[in-house]
Amino acid sequence: MELRKNYFADVRKDGLHEIGQPRPRLDSPGHVTGRTTYFADRNFPGMLHLKMVRSPHHHARIRSIDTSEAEKHPGVVKVLTARDVPHNVYTILILIQIGPEDETVLADGKVRWKGEAVVAVLAETERAAQEAAAKVKVDYEVLPAVFDMEEALKPGAPLVNEYHGQNYYLYDSGECRKVRFGDVEAGFAQADHILEQSYQSSPIEHAPTETTGCVVTPEGNDRFTCYTNTQAMFFTLDNTSIILQMPGSKLHFVGGTVGGGFGGKVDVIVEPIAILGAKLTGRPVCFIYSREEEMQISSPRAAEKIVVKDGVMKDGRIVARKVTGYTDAGAYSRHSPYGAQKGAAHYPGPYTIPNVWIDTYCVYTNRTPSSAMRGFGVTIGDFALEVQMDKLARLIGLDPLEFRFINAYRDGDTKAHRQPTEGAALIECMQEASRAANWPVAEKYMAMSSYRKGA
Amino acid sequence: MAKVPVQFTLNGSEKAEFVDSGTALLNALRDKIGDTSPKGGCHQGTCGACSVIIDGELRLSCLTLAETCNGAAIITTAGLAEAGVLHPLQRAFLDAFATQCGFCTPGMIMAAKVLLDRTPNPSRQDVVEALSGNICRCTGYEPIIQAVLTAARTNSQNAA
Ligand code: FES
Ligand code: FES
Repeated sequence: MELRKNYFADVRKDGLHEIGQPRPRLDSPGHVTGRTTYFADRNFPGMLHLKMVRSPHHHARIRSIDTSEAEKHPGVVKVLTARDVPHNVYTILILIQIGPEDETVLADGKVRWKGEAVVAVLAETERAAQEAAAKVKVDYEVLPAVFDMEEALKPGAPLVNEYHGQNYYLYDSGECRKVRFGDVEAGFAQADHILEQSYQSSPIEHAPTETTGCVVTPEGNDRFTCYTNTQAMFFTLDNTSIILQMPGSKLHFVGGTVGGGFGGKVDVIVEPIAILGAKLTGRPVCFIYSREEEMQISSPRAAEKIVVKDGVMKDGRIVARKVTGYTDAGAYSRHSPYGAQKGAAHYPGPYTIPNVWIDTYCVYTNRTPSSAMRGFGVTIGDFALEVQMDKLARLIGLDPLEFRFINAYRDGDTKAHRQPTEGAALIECMQEASRAANWPVAEKYMAMSSYRKGA
Repeated sequence: MAKVPVQFTLNGSEKAEFVDSGTALLNALRDKIGDTSPKGGCHQGTCGACSVIIDGELRLSCLTLAETCNGAAIITTAGLAEAGVLHPLQRAFLDAFATQCGFCTPGMIMAAKVLLDRTPNPSRQDVVEALSGNICRCTGYEPIIQAVLTAARTNSQNAA
């Protein structure tokens, strides 16, 4: 890799010892010898297997749960329902004061998505747990469900999540996150062309090679060690502490080795119930998603819909941008209110636009709860924005890369959030990219700079 | 459940175990014998993380019944380094940044070993085909392919 030192020569520090130096990964000797220890490589004598009974319906009231047959099944040690969970309604982001708590560890009274955990069965073998889980009888009254975000926002739509009271997350700014900058309508009025387009995406599953799970062992002193592949160790520790109403000092989490995650292992789903199982049985417990569960139950990247309206001048300047973004949280919040909020911050793009108006909604539907995945909240947004940029360039007959030079933010520009731009380097990146891709741009753009205005 | 005896050599040493009839070799190796180098990614024969070598053939240990391995010679990634010296494939994976999370790595190395044992000077296409049953979600296949080609070159230099 070549390090370019001509850029930002006046502000660079060159006394760096690590950046630009190849370093072997600390964990790779273990990987190539098969010695790296993943959570599932722990095996304790007397370990129980946990299997979940899951909702076959998208939305239903639970009339009754009968676990008696399952409890009699050979090998079954314990069957857990909502009643066994000390603080059954939780939400991950409550740790950073983002409420309300809106998700049940085990369903209580209602299920809101197909696959939701209802009853946990602990047995001597995986097979016994599976067979017993099939014997749990749940009587459901199926309710109307809603799967489309715009449908969910209409008056009279089925209410997905009572803890919110409406099918959207209520931010302190109201029913959506908002960005207001300049006067967007005045911008459109002055524009030579206006282009409004909508973009939409489906949920995306991370599909890590190692499925989600944990192994828990009671330490005999009322302390529990949990070997887990979580990507969010302290979120998991603290949320487990809340859910189980146990001081964090009783919980010892061991992790750090994750067999692929991509953001898919940041939710706190398997650990609390496995630790509860170990607490109530006094035995080690393992709870591992099957491949099928990983693909169907674990939270995907949210489906999004993004409507972008831009006003552009013949000379290439974008003078107004209005964006409405919808993030499909599924039935529960998990990390989605944050994802939708990131979208609001991101939709101006790396461009200087004088008039901006943005609304982003985090919407509840009866779909699998979505959550984090690599750049969630902004990745689909970038796709939409950059496709939109190409369309705008075509509309006014400009080269798409030159069009971006015209609008690129540069140091000192005020962004729509009223933050001054610093260290942008976008111009320089595009110059390098145009060389690397053999995509010629006019000399005046090659002479531009992110950090010297007017250059 | 009926227990059945099985006996095989694992990385050169004799193993004898009683397993439940119907136990996958993957579970027998991991839970009974304590060799956790084969990984379970799908337990349905699609990811290749559990690949091992049985009598010189690449096999998916999640789909192989332990009881069918009587008398077999089984090799896993845990047995590849000799006296602490890495096998050229392991060295190449290490040097070429061909592992990220490492979960697919033992299976990849097994698949690559069977290829190189049979085809010491593989083409890129040979490598691609040999690894086609192994899924990696992190690294991207290019560094892995390069590592296998590098190991093949190292091998042939050593042989020369
Ligand atoms: S675990 Fe055997 S192929 Fe995936
Ligand atoms: S390195 Fe993670 S799956 Fe291959």
